[in-house]
Amino acid sequence: MFQLPDLDGLFAALHADGYRIVGPTVSAGAIVLAELDRPAHLPYGVRVETAPGHYRLRPGPARQAFTHTAGPQAWKEFLQPSPERLWRGTRDDEGFRVDAAEEPPRPTALLGVRPCDLRALGILDGVLGDGERYARRRAASLVIAVDCTEPGEACFCVSAGGGPAARSGFDIGLVERPDGGYLARAATDRGTDLLARLAAPEASDVEVTTARKAVDEAAARMGRRLPEVDLRDLLTRHRTDDTYWSAIAERCLACANCTMVCPTCFCARVTDVTDLTGEHAERWQRADSCFDPDFSYVHGGPVRSSTGARYRQWISHKFATWHDQFGGSGCVGCGRCVVWCPVGIDITAELHALAQRDRS
Amino acid sequence: MATEPARPSLAVWKFASCDGCQLTLLDCGDALLTLAARLHIAAFPEASSMIEPGPYDVSLVEGSITTEEDAARIRDIRARSTLLVAIGACATAGGIQALRDLADVDEFRAQVYPHPEYVRSLATATPISAHVPVDLELHGCPIDRGQLVEVLGALLAGRKPDLPVHSVCAQCKARGTPCLPVVAGVPCLGPVTRAGCGALCPAYGRGCFGCFGPVERPNTRALVALLRHQGMSPADIGRVFRTYTATTAQFRAAAEEGARS
Repeated sequence: MFQLPDLDGLFAALHADGYRIVGPTVSAGAIVLAELDRPAHLPYGVRVETAPGHYRLRPGPARQAFTHTAGPQAWKEFLQPSPERLWRGTRDDEGFRVDAAEEPPRPTALLGVRPCDLRALGILDGVLGDGERYARRRAASLVIAVDCTEPGEACFCVSAGGGPAARSGFDIGLVERPDGGYLARAATDRGTDLLARLAAPEASDVEVTTARKAVDEAAARMGRRLPEVDLRDLLTRHRTDDTYWSAIAERCLACANCTMVCPTCFCARVTDVTDLTGEHAERWQRADSCFDPDFSYVHGGPVRSSTGARYRQWISHKFATWHDQFGGSGCVGCGRCVVWCPVGIDITAELHALAQRDRS
Repeated sequence: MATEPARPSLAVWKFASCDGCQLTLLDCGDALLTLAARLHIAAFPEASSMIEPGPYDVSLVEGSITTEEDAARIRDIRARSTLLVAIGACATAGGIQALRDLADVDEFRAQVYPHPEYVRSLATATPISAHVPVDLELHGCPIDRGQLVEVLGALLAGRKPDLPVHSVCAQCKARGTPCLPVVAGVPCLGPVTRAGCGALCPAYGRGCFGCFGPVERPNTRALVALLRHQGMSPADIGRVFRTYTATTAQFRAAAEEGARS
């Protein structure tokens, strides 16, 4: 582990290597992900207050930039951007020509990826990794993780199988200290090379132990937890429990906020457009949601016409059928869907309620 | 192309309305020049006094039906149009003037006009679809320029127009606007309102006020509960659903539910 007094050197090294740096910054009353020119753009002195359907910026420790959780965006926006043009075509005297040329992805440093989001990236790799565009963007990405020392009210990564410390899937791992300094470790050759160029001193054993302790203690401060039952089995057995799903539907706006903020929801739709001249056509890919009325539309109508059916689809995919499809759970416990639901539907509370219903 | 097909003819009609949706067509910039080249504009009184008798391949109809004369006129236009597209909140839902449906027209006619006996109008302001079959509806007050160009482009290409059926929320996410009710407790009708505007108002910190009208099956009951929780009074909740599309079944029910204390 190395000591960094601040992030100035890291920013300079990344910029020198041609990376654009994407990380958290304050905008429109929230901590969003955007391109950062310098460390001062990070959300120093800001913490967030979260609850179901509630997110507020509050004053935080002035020297720390990573005392926040569950922002309104996930890193998927940079790996599977929406909307994205897949090709354009032109009709002329000789026929129809398709131009699928793609801008080479910009080398991008993802700065401040929390351990829950690291796991989400791993899940997305499994789902989308075969896609050429995704794979090229992923290969051009450098991942800088920041361990969690201040989990939020909506966080439940520990009970979702993770924890506040980054284990794998990153190039450089950071722990932020209360004095604004960082402990840095490398997990790949690229990370090792970058840290070596910063000529940072080694951290002492005491410093490492103190930082580790702060991260370990965070594990006990999760605001929420999932029920300790076999969720896959629970949801499978209750899939036709219409009374239960209808009761959730009474509260659910079907607004799709939960799927839009979820770091592992990846669904997209493809739409062809033409212009007014009739000489040009384009194919666009856009983020989609299983809460969209058109999502399950087949000839004659949608397969899932009620909101209850759509909520059941979403929660069952995350915690049950995701196992069959991708070999694990689709939830990393980041808490975003709890926070960004306008009416505050809490996925952990719903699962506890279902488990309770199962027992009685 | 070997043979240039005949240009489809377009007509634009106005009923009870403010003209804003028709102006959206005139406000299409370069696209208007392309449209003028590919369509034959056969009737558009807002732009030209030369009106051809038709028939028309496409009629764009703005405004709601508020008089007996207009009720007859829309039937005549329907008979002369292959496709009829209702544009805007007035033509699709009655518009602001449909608030009269919820009040006593004779009473405020007497209060506003010195000689109310000269004013002949129906007791209601109804959407075009209440009078004649409508092939497509473009919502909004006013309509979105991009959606209008999309519809005309789709008609020209012989394809289905790409019009979203989801709520405004999806467009806030696409635009990167953090959810206003969540970050600021701002009342917002976005979750029950049809997308199409590109989530314009929330991008400027104002809650959606529902000018595109309800999505097909909105959960207004859950939204009313949220508005109450945010501190809105029953009277205000009643009012917030009684604006541009007050007489749609969904918002009418929401206003009644919200106004109950």
